[in-house]
Amino acid sequence: MQAVALREPLDRGLEQFQVPRGQVFVIPSRCKDCQFCIDFCPADVLTRSEELNAKGYHFAIVAEGKEESCVNCRFCMLVCPEFAIYSDEIREVAR
Amino acid sequence: MASQLVVDSHPSDALLRSDRLPHIWCPGCGLGSVMSCYADSVQSLDFPVDDNVVVSGIGCTGRVAGYLYMDSFHTTHGRAIPFALGLKVANPDLHVTVISGDGDLSAIGGNHLIHAARRNIDITVICVNNFNYGMTGGQAGPTTPFGATTSTSPAGNYEQPFNLPHLVATAGAVYVARWTSLHVRQLRDTMREALLKPGFSFVEVLSPCPVGFGKANDLGEGLDEMWFYRRRSIVNHDAALEDVGLSMSEDEPIVLGNFVNRERPLFRPAVSREALQEVLYGAV
Repeated sequence: MQAVALREPLDRGLEQFQVPRGQVFVIPSRCKDCQFCIDFCPADVLTRSEELNAKGYHFAIVAEGKEESCVNCRFCMLVCPEFAIYSDEIREVAR
Repeated sequence: MASQLVVDSHPSDALLRSDRLPHIWCPGCGLGSVMSCYADSVQSLDFPVDDNVVVSGIGCTGRVAGYLYMDSFHTTHGRAIPFALGLKVANPDLHVTVISGDGDLSAIGGNHLIHAARRNIDITVICVNNFNYGMTGGQAGPTTPFGATTSTSPAGNYEQPFNLPHLVATAGAVYVARWTSLHVRQLRDTMREALLKPGFSFVEVLSPCPVGFGKANDLGEGLDEMWFYRRRSIVNHDAALEDVGLSMSEDEPIVLGNFVNRERPLFRPAVSREALQEVLYGAV
């Protein structure tokens, strides 16, 4: 019983770590609607656009309500075969 | 907070001939993901881009050399490795990478592949395996899994395929890995490691080919093939290489990992009898 009491919760002090926040950038003219980024985004940030690009493809955009969800993991940038999407970290301005 | 921002350039554009984008590869093809991982791994290394050379052969993957904005050469069919060998021997300070397809490297270029591994030439070979000859109409090749349907094996492929990691490791490669177009983080880190590794390093990348291979085998679109890799892949760095052959059976896993990382003497052609003695027996 005592050993259990000595355990520390793993999430203690978590507030000192900040989850990064990302901004998604897209290049609509390059997208070919393969949807790799949409399906495999770990935070489910992305969806297909309603509108079409010049080649007739729906491109990836940030889904409604997910504007704050990107954590800048850069998976979309690596998996995109078309070099059509990437993210960059939003740095908090010191208050 | 804004949603997406529309821009007209990409962080990897410095390494790309971006005026040629969008490239010719089909929607859902994994080749672009491989090129993206390669560009990212080169950017993460601190050697100048002018010391970096990419050589490719013929086929869809062969076009990689044409899209990268660095010293690159598009060789004849199967001869990417001999060209890279010449480059490396004449300019030992260059980082020479061969990016080519399974047909180019293991069929018409098969002997170059095994002998480059045997000699332990200090180059990196990235073999994008899409299980068929995609550019010419989806014919069966030496990596087409047993039983798979292609345009030249409409009733199912009756040949046993190469197990490429086992082949090159047996021939003498010092670094052998396999990932898929979906495992981009591991692939990026593995490419970085392979570029830095002295000796013959080989990275096999399994990649969706929705038009050539996926359609014939009811695998669906490129996205479905990515889910297929996600569903069937397991990572086992210590796998016995004779057991990592690929099959179409859903019951058998696709084994991925960084399988081999070892040391062997490098291929250093001697220019004189004295230099040869030094290579063989050390400085006198």
